[in-house]
Amino acid sequence: MENLIGIFLNSVFVGNILLAYFLGMCSFLAISRKMETAIGLGLAVTFVLSITTPVNWLVYYYLLAPGALSWAGFPGIDLNFLKFIVFIAVIAAIVQALEMIIDRYLPPLYMALGVFLPLIAVNCAILGASLFMVERNYNFIESVVYGASSGLGWMLAIITMAGIRKKLRYANVPKGLENFGISMIITGLMAMAFMLFSGITL
Amino acid sequence: MKITRTKAFKIFFTPIWESNPISGQILGICSALAVTVQLKTAIVMSLALTFVLACSNLLISLMRKHIPRNIRIIVELTVIATLVIFADQVLKAFLYDVSKQLSIFVGLIITNCIILGRAETYALGNPPFHSLLDGIGNGLGYSQILITVGVLRELFGAGKLFGFQVIPDGFYALGYENNGLMVLAPGAFIAIGLIVWLQKTVSKE
Repeated sequence: MENLIGIFLNSVFVGNILLAYFLGMCSFLAISRKMETAIGLGLAVTFVLSITTPVNWLVYYYLLAPGALSWAGFPGIDLNFLKFIVFIAVIAAIVQALEMIIDRYLPPLYMALGVFLPLIAVNCAILGASLFMVERNYNFIESVVYGASSGLGWMLAIITMAGIRKKLRYANVPKGLENFGISMIITGLMAMAFMLFSGITL
Repeated sequence: MKITRTKAFKIFFTPIWESNPISGQILGICSALAVTVQLKTAIVMSLALTFVLACSNLLISLMRKHIPRNIRIIVELTVIATLVIFADQVLKAFLYDVSKQLSIFVGLIITNCIILGRAETYALGNPPFHSLLDGIGNGLGYSQILITVGVLRELFGAGKLFGFQVIPDGFYALGYENNGLMVLAPGAFIAIGLIVWLQKTVSKE
């Protein structure tokens, strides 16, 4: 249990998937202009991450890892090298399926998240979380917690950014630094603030 | 006709400076930040990305008349993922320690928006030779930023280049300190922000 709380706090704050590992930067910069869209995309990312990470865990440990196919009678097969292509296919398929399911059964949620779902298939935070999950040897429960809390961390970062950008409209930014340049520097300052949590030991 | 006027020349050189994929088109920033702690990883990553980008542009351009429109993203992702697996296996075989340092970021070339972006906006509508040039040009534009950031971060963060100490011991004796911030995540964001500022100011004049 303590371990799970550790993973949760670490992936929301210290090891924030956006501010410490730089994943999902493109959509972070493009979508953080407005608060409503930032919240929508943040929710969509959290939602998709909490589903794809555990599903990819199952796929990896029952199909791809060295010796994973022993349940089917092929203990000597190692399909590890296929993980990139399989993970991205799983993610794209899940996103597509989710879009159809939400559209059919939860129209209000579809109105809120619908436009963001297709964007998410190529958001590197989603694939990155699955790859980190393999690299850090998480077990199934840990991968569930890791997926959900990375999503929350990402959402926290994009919502904060949207808030700061709102205030930034009244600021006098030097020429040439507008938009992209100043966003990067603000993100840097935010990353610095989030690093303060790294002193906390669990 | 001078060589600088030809279309091929323009396709090749605009993305290196004017419409640089990172600072101009704001694509592919994730990996640019993550792998630039050291110059060596930055260069290896640049090579891997340029290779994947050039090949994917070429292959997708060759197939552009046969790809049905509504499944094009899947086709593109399959081509890109195959190339990335190839690059990853080559790195694991010949540069094992660098590949360990790059960890998941080689795999993340798949979702690097430069590659999908160029495939969508350029390779799908242009002939193979120009697409290849566009791929290499964008790859070099990306490499140029990556290497600049890599030099800055390794030089000021650790006083080294390629792992060799560059800043002389005398400086440290006089009280010079490495800037530890450059090695950490915030340093990367701020370094890129400043480089973009510099580039935009210079190219406007």
